[in-house]
Amino acid sequence: MKPPAFDFLRPDTVAEVLDTLARHGGAAVLLGGGQSLVPMLNMRLSRPAVLIDTLRLTQTAVIEDRGDTIRVGMGVRQAQLEHWPALPRRLPLLARAIPWIGHVQTRARGTVCGSVAHADPSAELPLCLLALGGHVHLRSRRKTRDLPADQFFAGMMSTARAEDEMIEAVSFPAAPPGTGHAFREVARRHGDFAIAAVAGIVGPAGATLAIAGVDDIPRRFALPAPGDSALDDALDGIAWTLNARDDLHASARYRRELVRRLGRAVLEEAAACRI
Amino acid sequence: MTVATETLVGRSVPRVEDAALLTGRGRYMDDLPVRRDTAHLAILRSPVAHAAIRGIDTARARALPGVHAVLTGADVAALTRPMTVGVKADVECWPMARDRVRYVGEPVAMVVADSRYIAEDALDLIALDLAPLPPVIDPEAALAPGAEVLHPSLGTNLINERRFRYGDPEAAFAGAAHRISIEVRYPRNSCTPIECYGVVGEYDPGEDAYDVTANFQGPFSIHAVCALALKVPGNRLRLRTPPDSGGSFGVKQGIFPYVILTAVAARAAGRPVKWIEDRLEHLMASVSATNRVTRLSAAVEPDGRVTALDWDQIEDCGAHLRAPEPATLYRMHGNMTGAYDIRNVAIRNRVVLTNKAPTGLNRGFGGPQMYFPLERLMRRIAEDLGLDHLDVIRRNLVPSGAFPYRTATGALLDSGDYPAALAAALEEGGYADLLARRDAARAEGRLYGIGLSVAIEPSISNMGYITTVLTPDQRAKAGPKNGAQAVATVAIDPLGAVTVKVASVPQGQGHRTVLAQVVGDTFGLPLTAVRVNTEMDTGRDPWSIASGNYSSRFAGAVAGAARMAAERLRGRLAAIAAAQLNIRPDRVVFAGGRIADRDNPDNALPFTRVAATSHWAPATLPEGTAQTISETVFWTPDQLEAPTAEDGVNSSLCHGFIFDFCGVEIDRTTGQPRIDRYVTMHDCGTILHPGMVEGQVRGGFAQALGATFYEEFAYGEDGAFLAGTLADYPMPTVMETPEPRILHFTSPSPFTPLGAKGVGEGNCMSTPSCLANAVADATGARDLQLPLTPARMADLVFPPETPPARTGTAPAPPAARPGERALTGAGRAEVAAARAAVWDMLLDPATLAAIIPGAHGVERVTDTHFRAEVTLGVGPVKDRYRADIRLSDMDLHRGVTLSGVVEGGLGSGRGEGRITLSDRDGGGTLIEYRYTAGVGGKVASVGGRLLDGAARVVIGQFFQALARHAGGGGAAPRGLIARLRALLRRNA
Repeated sequence: MKPPAFDFLRPDTVAEVLDTLARHGGAAVLLGGGQSLVPMLNMRLSRPAVLIDTLRLTQTAVIEDRGDTIRVGMGVRQAQLEHWPALPRRLPLLARAIPWIGHVQTRARGTVCGSVAHADPSAELPLCLLALGGHVHLRSRRKTRDLPADQFFAGMMSTARAEDEMIEAVSFPAAPPGTGHAFREVARRHGDFAIAAVAGIVGPAGATLAIAGVDDIPRRFALPAPGDSALDDALDGIAWTLNARDDLHASARYRRELVRRLGRAVLEEAAACRI
Repeated sequence: MTVATETLVGRSVPRVEDAALLTGRGRYMDDLPVRRDTAHLAILRSPVAHAAIRGIDTARARALPGVHAVLTGADVAALTRPMTVGVKADVECWPMARDRVRYVGEPVAMVVADSRYIAEDALDLIALDLAPLPPVIDPEAALAPGAEVLHPSLGTNLINERRFRYGDPEAAFAGAAHRISIEVRYPRNSCTPIECYGVVGEYDPGEDAYDVTANFQGPFSIHAVCALALKVPGNRLRLRTPPDSGGSFGVKQGIFPYVILTAVAARAAGRPVKWIEDRLEHLMASVSATNRVTRLSAAVEPDGRVTALDWDQIEDCGAHLRAPEPATLYRMHGNMTGAYDIRNVAIRNRVVLTNKAPTGLNRGFGGPQMYFPLERLMRRIAEDLGLDHLDVIRRNLVPSGAFPYRTATGALLDSGDYPAALAAALEEGGYADLLARRDAARAEGRLYGIGLSVAIEPSISNMGYITTVLTPDQRAKAGPKNGAQAVATVAIDPLGAVTVKVASVPQGQGHRTVLAQVVGDTFGLPLTAVRVNTEMDTGRDPWSIASGNYSSRFAGAVAGAARMAAERLRGRLAAIAAAQLNIRPDRVVFAGGRIADRDNPDNALPFTRVAATSHWAPATLPEGTAQTISETVFWTPDQLEAPTAEDGVNSSLCHGFIFDFCGVEIDRTTGQPRIDRYVTMHDCGTILHPGMVEGQVRGGFAQALGATFYEEFAYGEDGAFLAGTLADYPMPTVMETPEPRILHFTSPSPFTPLGAKGVGEGNCMSTPSCLANAVADATGARDLQLPLTPARMADLVFPPETPPARTGTAPAPPAARPGERALTGAGRAEVAAARAAVWDMLLDPATLAAIIPGAHGVERVTDTHFRAEVTLGVGPVKDRYRADIRLSDMDLHRGVTLSGVVEGGLGSGRGEGRITLSDRDGGGTLIEYRYTAGVGGKVASVGGRLLDGAARVVIGQFFQALARHAGGGGAAPRGLIARLRALLRRNA
C-alpha cells in the first residue's frame, strides 16, 4: 500500500497553483486535507503525475462573514469551521451537520472545499451546500466563475470543475430569521459514510429537504411543511424518485425507508426549532 | 504467629506492560531493528477467484532498478515442499499458487527490492495471463454434482467427511414427542488485529539454515510445518517472536505461509528480507474464521427436555486446507451438547473447499459457528412448544453435583455448578427488572426483545483433538496424539533477581504482569522484583509442539507451569535458608522480600541473598539440594487423552460456564438495534487478575458484537472479495459498544495448577446467539442471518413497500439482492434517429469508438466482436483497461445483447446488457437498456460502496454519447441533447 511515484509541488501562492494547474491539467491533483485522496494514492486507485499541496496557502484559510453569506476559503479545515464561534447562529445547519463528518481527527485535517471538490455521494458538506443553496467559487488562470451548488455536482465524485480550475471558496447563505434547521444521518457506525444523511430547513416560505448517501449526488426538494397531510406522499415520491443505491452496507429499499422516516423526522425537528 | 502476606494473584495490579505501550514504546514487529542490507518484499496477489495460470511475465519487473529478485510459484516450489495437510487427501498446499489461482488474494509472485515502494512498482509491471475458471463460492454449491473442482487431483471439493454416533440418537428421535430443527449459514469474519503480519527472514547458505523473526503466535506445531516445507531439519529454522504484539486473537497463527515465502525470498535475494502485510492484504488473504452451513435437529419432550441432537455441519475452509484445519470444526467436538445434559448425538461433518481465502485460528475457534445454531435452536424449541426460553435452558443444563461430567461426545467437564451460576446471574443481573422494562417498552409500542444464551467455554486444547478427523483405524496406524505441554522457566541471577520465561507468545493477555504475580507470590516478592521475558526463540528456549498462545491456555496452563517451576525452586531455597537460619525447612516462609522463620520472623534473610547462594557458593548447598539458578517445567495434564476408539474426545482440559442475557430495542425510525442491557455471567475458575479478566470479556464481547451486527468477509457470486478496507469491514468501535455487566461465579478447575480456566473466547461464542435471540424476540423473526445489517433489519422491521405505479418512463431495474455485488441497472434514452440508423451505429466500430467512454480506438475482430483500450473511472479514480466486447442475440433493428469484459490494474469487470429499440411516438427511437455487471479485483475490494454509482456513471456516459451521436446525424431537433441529458440524469 505505497503510492506510485509522483511529482510533489508546494506552491506559496494561489497564482502558482493556478499556473501549475494550467500546465498539467488532468495530470495534476490538488491535495487538501488528504483524508480521501491519500488513501486512494496509497491503494494506487489514483495515479496523478503531479500532486499540488495547497495546505501551505494559509492566506486562504479564512472564514468571511459577508452579511448574506459566509464565505469559506479553500484552506479552511472542517474543524476550523466547526469551532467558528458564530457558526451556531449564522449557519445552524452546519453546526448540526459537521459533528457527523468522520471523526475529530479527520476533521482536523480535512478541508471544507476539499470535501466539496471530492463530491462523495455521502458527504455532509456538499449536502449542506446544496440544501442552503450555496455557491462554489472557481478560479483558473483564465477566469473566475461562481456556480450554484445544484449546477456543481454532476455525478458520483464528478463535478463541473474544469481540470485547470480550483475551488477558491464556497459560500453558504446565512440563516435568515424565522428558519429552523435540522440534520440527521444513519451510518453503520459513528463516522462512517452515511447510508442516508438528511438536512431539513423550514422557514416562512416552506420546507426544503436535502438528501445525501442515497443517490449519486446530493439532491434537494421543496416540500409541504410538516403538518401538511401531503407530506408523507411527497416523501414517498422522493424516495422512489431518487436513484437509491444498493451496496455492501445497505439496500436501496432501506435507503428509501430512511428518506421517508428521517425526512419526516428532520422536517418536524426543523419546524420545532424555528427562531 | 505468622508473617502477614498480601498476595498479588487475584488483584488487579497495574499492568507491567502498560507504561511502555501507553507511551509509544512498544516493540512490535515493524519496530525491531534489522540488518542494514535488509530488502523489502511485496506480493502480487490473484485478482480473481479461480483461474488457470497460463503465464506470468516478470521480465519488466526484474528490469526495474532496485529490484533484487522476482519469484513465482515455480521458483518457490523449487526450494520447498508442499505444506503439510491435516487430513489424508490427494492435494498439494503451496504458499504461492503454481498452476492455478484459487482465491482472490492468493500469492502468485513476489518481488524483493530496496524499498516497499519499488517492490510495489515492480508488481505493477508483472503481467499475469489467467484463464478464468468457474468460481465455487457457496459451500453447498461446492458439493453439488458437476460443481467445478478446485483441486483436480482430489476429484471433488469434499476433502473430508466423517459421521459420528454417540448413545442411541435414532431411538431418541423415534421416541421423541417433537423434532425441532434449525438451519444456519454462519458467515465469514475475523477478529482483525490492529497489527498485521510481519516477517523478517534471513538465510545462511553456509549452514543451510533459516533465521526468521515473525509475529507468529503459535501453536509451535506450525514450526514443524514450516521446517518441513523449507526442507530443513527443525534446528535449521530458528523462529523468533517480537516482545510485543499488536493483537492476534488466533489470526497470527496464519502467518506461516509467509514465514516460508519470506525465508525463500531471502534465500533467493541473498540478503535479509522484510515483509509487512498491509491492511488490504490482511483482510483479503490472511486467515478468516470458517463459514459453516449447519442443520441441527433436536429430539424434544413436551416439557422442552432435549433427548438427542442431530448435527449436519458443512465447514467451508476456503481454497486450501491449511494446518491445523479442519481444527475449527473439531475443536468443539467434545462439547457438541453445549451446557446441556444430552446423551444421544449424531454428527455428520463435511469439510469443503471453495474459492475463498483459507481459514485458520480465530478467537472463539469453532465456538461461534456451533453455539449460534444450538442456542438459536433452544429458543426455537421454546417458541414452538409455547414454553419460556429460560425454562427450556434450565431443564436441559448439566445438573449441579455432576462434575466432573463426561459429555456424550467425550469432553470431561472439569468443574462448575451451572444451575447455581444461572440463578446468581438472574438475581445479580436484574432479570426481573429486564422483564419489566420489556413490558413497559412494548406497552408504548416500542420494539423490545430479550435474548438468552448459555455456553461452555473450552480452554487448553488437547493437541490430539484434531485427529478425531481421522477414522479410528487411521489414528491407530498414525499413533496416538494428545496433551497440551506448557513450558515455563524461572531463573535466578547472581544478585538474586528472578526472571521468568515461558514458551508462549503474548497477544495482549498481560503475560508479564500475570507471571510476575504468580511467581512473586511464590517467592514472597513484590511485582517489580520479578521480570518476565516474553520473546521466544526456538533456537535457545525450551519449547514443545504445543507451545504458543492459543485456545485460552495462558492462565490455566502456562501460568500454572510457571507456578510449578517457581515452587520447585522455592523448595530448594527453603532447604538452603533452613540451613542458614538453623530451622527445619517446613518452618521457612517467603514474604516481603525475605525468607524467614515462621515462628520467629526476626530470624530472617533477604530473599536475594539466599537466592544467590547457588551462584556464589554452590558447594555450600545442603546435601541433596539441587541448584536454584534455573528451573524449567514441562507440564501436561493427564486428562487430555487421545481420542478413544469410539471417537470420544476430551477436546479441551477446562470448561468455563457462561450465561448471558440482554435487552435489545429496535428503533422504529431507522431500524437500528440498540443494546439496552447486556449481562454476562462467567465461571472461569480462579481469577488471577480481575481487571484482565474483565478486559478479556469486554474484548470478546466487542468482537461478538461485530460478528452479530457489522462484520463479514463478503464475496460476490463471482468470488470477488468485497471487504478490503475497514470501511467495508466495519468493526464496532467504542461508540458502538455498550458496557456489559460482568458477573462471576467461581468453580476452580481441579485440573490446572492455579485452578484457573480460560476466559478469552467465551463471549465470541455466547453473545451472537444472545443478541440474535433478542432481535427474534423483538421482531418475531424465525430465521436470522448474520450479520444483522441495516438492510436485513429493515426487512424485519418495516412493512413491505408499495412501488408507485410506473408511468412507463423507465423500465424497472432488475431486482438486486442486498449485499450482493452483482451490479444491476436500467435506463432509457430517446433519440431522433430512426431505429435502423441507431442499429447501424451500435454495430459500427467507428461509432463505438466515439461513444465507448474513454476509448482509445476500437478494433473489429469480427462483425460481432470488438476489442478496445479504454480509460474508465470516476473522479480521481481512473485507470486504463483492455475491453473485449461481443454482440449476441441480435434481433434486427429491435434488440441486441452486449457483453463485455474489461481488465486492468485496478481490477476486472464483466457485464451484459440488453438494448432494445422501439419506435417513439412522434418519430425517433426509444432506446431502453438493462444491465448486470460484476466487478472484481482491487476496485471491488476497496471501493464497494461506490461501484453501483460508478457503473451507472460509466454506462450512462455510453448512452449519452450514443444519444449525442444519434442526435448529431441531422435528424435531431435542436435541444435534443439537453433533453436527453436531463432524461439520462433522471433515469440512468
